[in-house]
Amino acid sequence: MIPAFIVENSPALMVIVPLVAAFITPFIGRISHALRSLWVGGAMAVTSAITLILALDVYATGTRLYVFGASAASMALPPDSGGIPIRIIFAVDPMSALMLVITAISGFAIILYSLASERSYSGLESYYTLYLLMITGILGMVSTGDVFNFFVFLEILSLASAGLIAYRIDGGVAVEAALKYFVLSTIGALAILVAIGIYYGEYNALNMAMIAARMQFSLLDQVALVLIIAALAMKCGAVPMHFWTPDAYSMAPSSITALLVVASQASLYGLFRTVFTLYNLSLNAVTVGWLIIILGVLSMVVGVTMAIPQKNVKRLMAYHAVSQTGYMLLGVGVGLAVLGNQSLLDAFGYMAMEGGLFHIINHAMYKGLLFLTAGAIFLRIGTYNLNRMGGLGHSMKWTMVFFVIGALAIAGIPPFNGFASKLMIYESVFIFNPVLAVIAMVVSILTLASFVKVFHSIFMGPRLPEYAEVKEAPLPMLFGMGILAVVVILFGLFPTIVVESLITPAAHALVNQGAYISAILGGA
Amino acid sequence: MFWNLPYVAVVVLTIIALATIVLKKNLIKVFLGIIILESAVNLFLISLGYREGGIAPIYTNAPAAAMVLPTPQALTLTSIVIGVATSALLLSFAIIIWKKYGSINLDRIRRLKE
Repeated sequence: MIPAFIVENSPALMVIVPLVAAFITPFIGRISHALRSLWVGGAMAVTSAITLILALDVYATGTRLYVFGASAASMALPPDSGGIPIRIIFAVDPMSALMLVITAISGFAIILYSLASERSYSGLESYYTLYLLMITGILGMVSTGDVFNFFVFLEILSLASAGLIAYRIDGGVAVEAALKYFVLSTIGALAILVAIGIYYGEYNALNMAMIAARMQFSLLDQVALVLIIAALAMKCGAVPMHFWTPDAYSMAPSSITALLVVASQASLYGLFRTVFTLYNLSLNAVTVGWLIIILGVLSMVVGVTMAIPQKNVKRLMAYHAVSQTGYMLLGVGVGLAVLGNQSLLDAFGYMAMEGGLFHIINHAMYKGLLFLTAGAIFLRIGTYNLNRMGGLGHSMKWTMVFFVIGALAIAGIPPFNGFASKLMIYESVFIFNPVLAVIAMVVSILTLASFVKVFHSIFMGPRLPEYAEVKEAPLPMLFGMGILAVVVILFGLFPTIVVESLITPAAHALVNQGAYISAILGGA
Repeated sequence: MFWNLPYVAVVVLTIIALATIVLKKNLIKVFLGIIILESAVNLFLISLGYREGGIAPIYTNAPAAAMVLPTPQALTLTSIVIGVATSALLLSFAIIIWKKYGSINLDRIRRLKE
């Protein structure tokens, strides 16, 4: 049915298609605007399709290797190299596949939305070029098996994101937000590059599996670990390095904000990949686990308390994004803290990790949905200020429905997907440490309170005279939001199927470092 | 000790760069700090790859000496290219900030807070 050529080369194709399409977009835009819309929509659809084909293949047959510059995946270790994998490889295991699924769904839904929401702006060639480059960066980051390659894709992602945050200059304010984000990203990326240099100096390898196999956890490795955790925790917006998040999220166009959520989670993936695959048992799991748990709890509490007084709806949602990132860190951190202990891991460690990873995919869907509804409202009334909104429920019925779905999901109300993952986190974290579970539940209640307030001030009340002419959002935007809303509901109705087929393999792939190494180095 | 000199230079450059980034108020000077930091990291990578008496890995007419694995040089080259893109984007931000705000003093670039 699907040509074998595509399945075989899907890891390379899913990066090459958006990369090439990105740089052809400006030329197509010169011909006609309709053709350009068709081109970027088509390129993204093809990318999503290839990505999903690859992800399904990984879930069905196990870790996929793609060796660049070699005829077969078995050439990961060239016979004349003395046992060192010198080529750049892509290693897509179930954890990477989970991130691929997220990127494929969000990327496609958001570009449909962009086609309508950005129509009236100028400079769309660069918008779509940078959009496709962001997709390239995310897909590359989550599937590479080489630390330096990870750095390169991280920089592609940062450059494209910074350009898009500044895209609507907005009297210079958007550029200010982009500047803040980009200076921090650059310094963070340089910290990661130093860590990569340390690994190379110590182990003569850039391949993740090779470094993991030779890992000794010397003093230098500890320095490298600290550099990477600090840089990636900053990139995913964890407190106390979260201050760029509300600025960048609120100033970027709403469609880009939804994609920035996915980009933050690619950084989160990098953090988990480093801790679990590069270091795993060689590090002091209890200390690093608690470090991540504390980062998570701080993010949850600070994020939600900062969100409540906000007047700008996107700033408010951005602080909630910080708060939700805390749940993922908490879940996976608990899994890490009990890593060496098989009985504890079976009792609740795996469940906590699955909750954290499930929350990643759920968060990308409902948070993306919420940012897209905010963008639809902005398109129609031209403000993000909550005090100036009201009565929009009369005219924007579908947008209201999508907002309610997103808001109930983020607050963890059944039957939406946020409930399924939060319940797993509560149950498992309660066995580990009841205080943490209580904090998580309180944060969830505050989230609900905050969103009830937002819902009331946007949609409820009498129809305001200045918004009497407001119409429903255009159809492609509703369609983009609809895709995410359907995923939110389906994941909430059938959480067991999703957890068993997507999440459990990912959690086991993270924990089982030996399997990752032997998949690449061949039983070494 | 003598062979550690490049690493000493890396540390000195890093300290200068971080001090510049944190202490200077002029946007262009902050960017210069970032560029110095990039150079420090590049010097670190290139020093890692240095082997005394090693020759470049070009096989044609090569003398019978030990060849150097060119990976650190390749990494540095990539990193320089990324650095150019980074500087270009940062400077273009500075141009827009100057046009819109009439200043590149960090104390004046505070409209987001209002």
